[in-house]
Amino acid sequence: MDQSIDARPAPPSRLTRARRLLATAPFTARLGMVLVAIYAFVAIFAPWIAPYGEVEVVSRIPFDGWSAQHLLGTDQLGRDFLSRLIFGARNSISIALVTTMISFGLGCLLGVFSALIGGFVDQAISRFVDALMSVPDLIFILMILSIFGNSIPNLILIIAVLTSTRFFRISRAAALNVASLDFVEAARVRGESLLWISIHEVFPNVLPLILSELGMRFCFIFLSIAALSFLGVGIQPPLAEWGSMVRDNAALINMGDITPLIPAASIALLAIAVNFVVDWLLNRASGLNEEG
Amino acid sequence: MNRTSHPILSMVASRVGLGLLSLLIVSLVIFFSVSLLPGSYASAILGQNATPEAVAALETRLGLDQPAIWRYLSWLAAAATGDLGQSFAGRPVMAVLGPRLLNTITLASITAVIAVPLAITLGVICARFRGRFIDRFLSTSTLASISLPEFFVAYLMMMIFAVKLQWFPSMAGIRNSMDLGEQLYRMVLPILTLLLVILAHMIRNTRAAILSVMSSPYVEMARLKGESEGRVVTRQALPNAIGPIASVVALNLAYLISGVVVIEVVFVYPGVGQAMIDAVRNRDVPVIQACALIFATAYIGFNLLADIVSIVSNPRLLHPR
Repeated sequence: MDQSIDARPAPPSRLTRARRLLATAPFTARLGMVLVAIYAFVAIFAPWIAPYGEVEVVSRIPFDGWSAQHLLGTDQLGRDFLSRLIFGARNSISIALVTTMISFGLGCLLGVFSALIGGFVDQAISRFVDALMSVPDLIFILMILSIFGNSIPNLILIIAVLTSTRFFRISRAAALNVASLDFVEAARVRGESLLWISIHEVFPNVLPLILSELGMRFCFIFLSIAALSFLGVGIQPPLAEWGSMVRDNAALINMGDITPLIPAASIALLAIAVNFVVDWLLNRASGLNEEG
Repeated sequence: MNRTSHPILSMVASRVGLGLLSLLIVSLVIFFSVSLLPGSYASAILGQNATPEAVAALETRLGLDQPAIWRYLSWLAAAATGDLGQSFAGRPVMAVLGPRLLNTITLASITAVIAVPLAITLGVICARFRGRFIDRFLSTSTLASISLPEFFVAYLMMMIFAVKLQWFPSMAGIRNSMDLGEQLYRMVLPILTLLLVILAHMIRNTRAAILSVMSSPYVEMARLKGESEGRVVTRQALPNAIGPIASVVALNLAYLISGVVVIEVVFVYPGVGQAMIDAVRNRDVPVIQACALIFATAYIGFNLLADIVSIVSNPRLLHPR
């Protein structure tokens, strides 16, 4: 972070610094941020934007073509496709977000705890995490879901537990490393408290890495849930979800109708947007490592 | 000669041992997670209307009255000889999965044979011309395509090549009665989709692996000696990057596994992935267990292979003091 250079004469406010940082972002990263903002807007204000209700059957004709009343036609039960697309944003994104947060909390807590305790407990938890990571995620999720039945809480819990293994590894490694870093040592010699050190020295330094990891895991979870719903074992009807919308309307593809590709493209676009931002953060973080 | 290969042999042996150990742990997880099934296993087979007597009889017949650890050991012993038990539908699991396993292996290995050399070549090109147009183009487009859900790529391929251009059939329902040419013709679209899914990951990781080697002192030394950039990449960086590249390639072959499940469903390809999804929908537990075991074995096998390649290709281990 270059604030150590320009912070000394007159520290600019947090806002100016953030604005300056944004100005250095490449085009792809800025595009990503704008797209994420649009998705967030649609997800939050879905009930006000969507022309019809989420599960409202508005037409007698299933798979109706695009028209003025139903901009993207209707789905297999005669529900408005566009409305379901908009509500789908809300369901898909919020479930993926909740899952990411749970797995982040779980993984980081366990990781730091494991690193602090050390010894046998640390070894036991680490080996268990290794075992969890040695089964392909999708296969594991399919197996567990078929045993416990597929409900949204089960889905969230299983994916959160499996993904938390990544956060566990990172936070454990970070917790082990941080104690030996020079600037932490320096702050400790200055007589700063442990809390002050974690907030002012450690946190800003690991923030880009945490953010990029969060972004990557969000993408991964988001895509996993979409894939599961597409396979028919994820989010169940009548909730609108992009993956299952593709599946339910896939028959249209053989007739040359691109409508079922729209939810799939929406999934892809959000994941691309997040990945563009993550890539920029990672580049910044690795640039820092090379200088320091 | 015999003495020099010793450290490698022992390291390889220890990796194989670790692989077997993780396979054992995975089999434990797969076997015992079924014991968590709400309600008993036998009533799950017989359905809701089964009488208690029928449930008890079936439990005895399946050996469910034995202790769990004993059941696990006999299941494991049978699985090791290729007998994965009976499906709920009453057929031996291996009879259901055997031909499908062959189909999936064909699909995956054709993809791998095309993908690995292509990805390494493109990754090397990216590293050689880093920062130039070709690198920025490939980096950005692969970054975008790792974000695409597999089914999106699959349906896009289907839309373009099967529906619009009508070059290939949209369904890849191959049968044994078809000759090889016909089977391959039907497999083109699934293979193309799988390729697109894993190539992006592989190219990015190969590029990163070579670039991390490029920042090491001996590469700097070669540059200072005045070697051309192409020579530096292919003669100095690449041999040392084989280990990391092998491990990322193997990890990405693991993406094949989740890719295979989705793509088999999209193209109605008769493979293990589709069998697993069908079994999950019918909650046919023995089939699910068998599929999970097959996929986990493949995954662990890929990782083991990567470990061994990176040990064997490590120049420092080839010339022990």
